[in-house]
Amino acid sequence: MGSCGAIIMAEPAPETILKVEDLAVHFPVGGYFRGRRSLPAVDGVDLELKKGECLGVVGESGCGKSTLALSILGLQAPTRGRILLDGHEVGAGMDRMARARIAQLVFQDPYSSLNPRQTVRATLATPLRLHGMTDDGEIDARIAAMLAQVGLRPEHAARYPHEFSGGQRQRIGIARALILRPKVVLLDEPVSALDVSIRAQIINLLLELKDAFRLSYIMISHDLGVVEHMSDRVAVMYLGRVVETGPWETIFTRPRHPYTRALIAAIPDPFGRTRGVKVTGEVPNPLDPPTGCSFHPRCPEARAICRERPAPGLEALGADHLVRCRRAAELAA
Amino acid sequence: MSAAPLLQVDDLRIDLALGDERFAAVQDVSFSIGRGETFGLVGESGCGKSITALALIGLLRPPLRLAGGTVRLDGREIQSLRAAEMRRLRGKRISMIFQEPMTALNPVSPVGRQIAEMFVLHEGATWQEAERRAVEALASVRVAAPERRAKDYPHQLSGGMRQRVMIAIALACSPDLLLADEPTTALDVTVQAEILDLVRDLCAAKGTAVLMISHDLGLIANACRRVGVMYAGRIVETRAAEEVFRAPSHPYTSGLVASLPLLGARAKEGRRRLKEIAGVVPSVAGFPHGCRFHPRCGRASDLCREDDPGPTPLPGDGLVRCHHHG
Repeated sequence: MGSCGAIIMAEPAPETILKVEDLAVHFPVGGYFRGRRSLPAVDGVDLELKKGECLGVVGESGCGKSTLALSILGLQAPTRGRILLDGHEVGAGMDRMARARIAQLVFQDPYSSLNPRQTVRATLATPLRLHGMTDDGEIDARIAAMLAQVGLRPEHAARYPHEFSGGQRQRIGIARALILRPKVVLLDEPVSALDVSIRAQIINLLLELKDAFRLSYIMISHDLGVVEHMSDRVAVMYLGRVVETGPWETIFTRPRHPYTRALIAAIPDPFGRTRGVKVTGEVPNPLDPPTGCSFHPRCPEARAICRERPAPGLEALGADHLVRCRRAAELAA
Repeated sequence: MSAAPLLQVDDLRIDLALGDERFAAVQDVSFSIGRGETFGLVGESGCGKSITALALIGLLRPPLRLAGGTVRLDGREIQSLRAAEMRRLRGKRISMIFQEPMTALNPVSPVGRQIAEMFVLHEGATWQEAERRAVEALASVRVAAPERRAKDYPHQLSGGMRQRVMIAIALACSPDLLLADEPTTALDVTVQAEILDLVRDLCAAKGTAVLMISHDLGLIANACRRVGVMYAGRIVETRAAEEVFRAPSHPYTSGLVASLPLLGARAKEGRRRLKEIAGVVPSVAGFPHGCRFHPRCGRASDLCREDDPGPTPLPGDGLVRCHHHG
């Protein structure tokens, strides 16, 4: 771009819409008699989301990805660190109402996340009224426009959730998330509860809406195919920490962290080809994490030092590519 | 291929009673599985794949009931066996594992004892002998410290560990056929890969055939030799696994394959807009007339709206039910 222009301008750095700094969320667990312990669900996470970008967050159950999402929405107070949404600190400088205008959530299960006793109109009008819209005509017009944007018809507004299929319900969930015109949308496994033949409809819709409204997405998913398809950048989490982050191409074609490689290797290839070395074992108990690097008991590349010394911080391996592994430089792409 | 296959299912029909009405939740389902073969049934929720498996081992309960067809094991019809006869078959010659092992295991019995029960019931072993073999069975499903684990209760185990116990129970008596209904859907992907490898290795070693059921086409194509694609109570296409992705014949199968964001596709071909399959999955009370896929099908004609297509043979032991198959 700009090669034929007379004035050569530096590409403006894309604006950061969300910044997570050293976020930690520790949950107290244990009884009243024995010592209380704390479970580090998220333990020192740094992330940045640029305007118009889709950041995929992947990892297995217990890696902290849902806790991260709740913290970003101000629904879970951090133990340490802070979250800046559009320049304001979530929690401190921003109340729930202000947060709701900037960041919204699309839930995994479109069956349990809609109120069965409310019509679609009521579901979509409530946030508008809460945020100061009073004119019924204006509210109805906004709802009709929103429904059209997500591929539903105006008359659908009068219906109840049970009258819709799973895919249509997810469209309603998306409309509810977008009705206040937020800048950031968190997608928590947005298609995994849907029938396989419906998923493509919702994935295409989410990508269209992202362009139409200049949205930024954080998408949490365990489906690496969906993450590869939708993401601009990807963060891989393991036991409360980001272990690798980078542009989608780097993560999927030249992953460096052994855990990222193991995740990719675990996806069955329909043509029976191998995707790499699989790992054994399960995610350790975060209350009793292994010594050293928390992935070492399952890591095919682990050496004695990985068992003895904690994993290093995230280190840059290339443009925007960060890896938390002391052997990353040796593990050629 | 002259000998009878291990399992031969012909024209299976399962009815669902809703009030006074009866709906064919599964109809005209026919397939066969050879000795030691892996066969996959793939389809979306409500397509009838799970109840097909339940019908094979006589576990359908009202409002579902077997309404027609035959199920032959080694040439012998088993669909109308008496309950006691079926019980002798279940666990010994045909066994089953489920999606959520917590609900399939007995919560108040140590897992070692639940495995041992198989040897006592089906092989007349003493409890002492059976408990010893249970520990061996736990070791065979790659459970570390099996002597100690045998004394654990299901709630003390992780999801992956429970599924290993289920597999140990299911394969304890070296059955001829294992029915695996979404065995890894509730598990994390790295654990899923391990469990699939375990099922594959153990069944190959014991010569056990597998009927694997899943909504994940990629998984089924990877884990099975042949695949039956189900839609709205029918098998619409039966193919060799690699053919399903390479040259799908039924419009539903080719639609599904084109709609999937397959891992690696974007890196290879760039981001294409995913092909959508229009419409919604029909419910059992609303299966369309004619070809059940016609309202969602780009190739549908008047013929499809009126006439339900029968099976057409495809080269290489395949079948497709479509008037306009490609």
